[in-house]
Amino acid sequence: MISRRTVAGYLAGSVALAGVVLAIGWWQVDGPGAAPAAPLRPLPLSEMSFSMQDQNGAEVSPGGLIGKPSLVFFGYTFCPDVCPTTLSDISTWLTELDAGAEQLNAVFITVDPARDTVAAIAQYIGYFHPALQGWTGSKAETDHAVADFRASYTLGEGPDYAVDHTSGVFLFQADGRFAGVIDLHEDRAQAVAKVERLLQP
Amino acid sequence: MKRHFFALFLAIAASFPSLALADQPGITVEQPWSRASIGDSRPGAAYLVVQNTGTEIRVLTGVETDMAMMPQIHRTTTDANGVSQMAPAGEIEILAGESLTLAPGGLHIMLMRLNQPLVEGESYALTLVFKNGHNVDISVPILGVAARGPEN
Ligand SMILES: [Cu+2]
Repeated sequence: MISRRTVAGYLAGSVALAGVVLAIGWWQVDGPGAAPAAPLRPLPLSEMSFSMQDQNGAEVSPGGLIGKPSLVFFGYTFCPDVCPTTLSDISTWLTELDAGAEQLNAVFITVDPARDTVAAIAQYIGYFHPALQGWTGSKAETDHAVADFRASYTLGEGPDYAVDHTSGVFLFQADGRFAGVIDLHEDRAQAVAKVERLLQP
Repeated sequence: MKRHFFALFLAIAASFPSLALADQPGITVEQPWSRASIGDSRPGAAYLVVQNTGTEIRVLTGVETDMAMMPQIHRTTTDANGVSQMAPAGEIEILAGESLTLAPGGLHIMLMRLNQPLVEGESYALTLVFKNGHNVDISVPILGVAARGPEN
């Protein structure tokens, strides 16, 4: 006959075991042991719903990019390191494309509309590839755009504030479907290969 | 009186033989370059490779230049979500025989509050400040706004 104490012992043991299993599960799924979550995918361009002004002051929206593959990058013109580097990279890829830069849309969207007016953006992108577009909008439009791309940004403090921001280049198929990201430190050959792949029918 | 000071100086100099090597800093700087600025309201950036050719660790603590009121060494980092940010790099140790690379998307000299625009084709003087007091003066050529490296 099993004594009460033995049953209680079994129960306590089972509860403790369940606790350990749950703890391991948490560690692996949500805790520090979790594999890094893949960043969220941007919406297809066709489902984005913001509008902004381009470098000429014309009203533009993501839907207008459909028809050609697109490269989209977030940044700001007061950015001394990452943004000119990425715009220079994009300019190089456009120059190296066999099919020609006019087969693609390349769009720079500012996350700092307070300083990046239409005129400021126009002057800035004028130093890079002529196919490059520069979009700016109100704070609300900027937040809407960043949300649709599942990107993020954080404005810094003080008069010389910097802006932390998503730095990868988003790739979209001609029909507006998301097709991947080119990271800041991806090498040139690999980046050009990704862009060339977008142009395959 | 003067002679006493001179004698004292000689005595001190003799007790620190390394001072006699002050003109051999053991530091070589390669491929410095700066991106041209658009006006003077935006911060500028400069890049270079610092080689420690000496036999002792060297600690880079900062930079000085007349071009900017707040020149700082920054580090750009990118997190798992793909968000990039910059922060002052602090003191950087360069081991003997090692080199330190400042390149786009990583360590950079950030020229905050420019005193004048960085004009393509010109160059400017910059001092690398080391903890041991043996600073290194260099000249930094200014390339285009869209320059990506020391060659273009
Ligand atoms: Cu910086």
